Amino acid sequence: MSFDVAAVRALFPLLAQANGDAPLHYLDNGATSQIPQTVLDAVLSYETTSRANVLRGVHRLAEAATAAYAEARARMARFLNVDADEVIFTSGTTAAINLVAYAYGDLLKAGDEVVISLLEHHSNIVPWQLLRDRRGIVLKVLPVTDDGRLDLSTLDKIVTKRCRLIAVAHASNVTGAVSDVAAIVAAARAVGAKVLLDGAQRAPHGPIDVRALAVDFYALSGHKMFAPNGVGALWGRRALLDEMPPFLGGGEMIRTVTIERTIYADVPHKFEAGTPPIGQAIGLGTAAEWALGLDWPAISAHEMRLAQRLLDGLGRRIDTRILGPSGLQRRIPVVSFAVNGAHPHDVCQLLDTRGVALRGGHHCAQPLMDRFDLPGTVRASLALYNDDSDIDALLEGLDDAVRRLG
Amino acid sequence: MSDDIYQQAILDHAKAAEDGGSVETPDASVTLDNPLCGDRVRIDVKMSGARIAALAHRVRGCALCQAAADVIRVRAVGQTVDGIAATAAELRAMLKDERLPPAGAWSDLGIFLPVRRHRSRHDCVLLPFAALGSALQQARASRG
Repeated sequence: MSFDVAAVRALFPLLAQANGDAPLHYLDNGATSQIPQTVLDAVLSYETTSRANVLRGVHRLAEAATAAYAEARARMARFLNVDADEVIFTSGTTAAINLVAYAYGDLLKAGDEVVISLLEHHSNIVPWQLLRDRRGIVLKVLPVTDDGRLDLSTLDKIVTKRCRLIAVAHASNVTGAVSDVAAIVAAARAVGAKVLLDGAQRAPHGPIDVRALAVDFYALSGHKMFAPNGVGALWGRRALLDEMPPFLGGGEMIRTVTIERTIYADVPHKFEAGTPPIGQAIGLGTAAEWALGLDWPAISAHEMRLAQRLLDGLGRRIDTRILGPSGLQRRIPVVSFAVNGAHPHDVCQLLDTRGVALRGGHHCAQPLMDRFDLPGTVRASLALYNDDSDIDALLEGLDDAVRRLG
Repeated sequence: MSDDIYQQAILDHAKAAEDGGSVETPDASVTLDNPLCGDRVRIDVKMSGARIAALAHRVRGCALCQAAADVIRVRAVGQTVDGIAATAAELRAMLKDERLPPAGAWSDLGIFLPVRRHRSRHDCVLLPFAALGSALQQARASRG
């Protein structure tokens, strides 16, 4: 295999430092990934050589900051294979979805329908409930199959002519299932609806050809794709972004302001009120550019081999139930499981004593937990820098945890 | 005192919590969720004047939550509403403000001292007490 995981680990200061007496098996990448030195260097370079506000100043620092910010947007656009002026920097996926729910939602009428699914993260549920309560739209929900995928068998019944938007996860943060985007887009197009993908979990696993996906909005978070927190991105089709009213008002998003009225700036600035998270955006652009230079077929093979090792290890346990697809088809390396008689938080706490960082709980997906009648699961979410020792430490630690809690 | 959360005393109480008992015709029944983890505790109480005459619980939660509910089942009967409120405050202060564990009948709450340095787990211990407090308020309100 051409992928050298040790070389990749060495790029991440936190991973490089964690060994010997304090091993770290970081398997909580679905919550937040680690950050490579090259991204830290880019943020530090901005903060120490060109820290200034963007878009307004004429002095040298402001020019340098503005250029770096624009380059970050261009890099993000290359990562998504879209035009740079359709990329809006937000504070993260949650802010991106709220932006669409507010601004695209402003174009909707009472009785219009928005379709989400039962496996969504709360950040792709609550903004639509707020819109429902504000505008009188109808919120409809796609069910989930027993193996944790979107159940599209009733898609043509749920997506009616009143549907204006289907908003679903590109990949589930709990089950790891990757959505059948083509089927969803086809259903939406048949009735003239738009499609938003929550790409927060998909983005850490390689560049995304959003143009090929043929969706209308794509949201992601920096901190899950090896960039700083406090920044994310929303991509939207230019025509839609032009039609949508601004989300937040303030500086940086205007062309002309009189005390009576305001003419807004063109997109993307129309949706970036106030000083943006400049250093973070530069970090995100750098992370995107770094990711674009990697060998993703080799990385995917590596990630999937580890996911299989984990699924095999868990599959050998009679006390463990995997919540999600049992195979590797159309999935990301996120594996959730429940252990009979052992609460997820107790399992995670005991594994932490062995340096294994996992996530336990409902993963901000309570409707999905209700669907499977579980209070929560243990989740291992892998990234490109994980290796066999991480999976083995989890499986060995799980044996010990169950023994202690039993 | 071991600094291990999963010491035997906690695991024993957690195991015992599988049988939360039952109360026929409770004066109050309150279910509370922990939004962090989805844990859920139900407390049923029957009062005799100002004192708890009988108490039962159902816990869908972690070992800490189960253990705290079991300590309540063992210790709460015969206690007053004000006494429970004072104990809950002492437990909270033990976890969050580094105070000593409650003395007397509730001294076994000291088994939760190792939880102090795990902030994300404090609410696991406090949730059954919050449910009990709400149940007692509800019982008091229903008596007028």
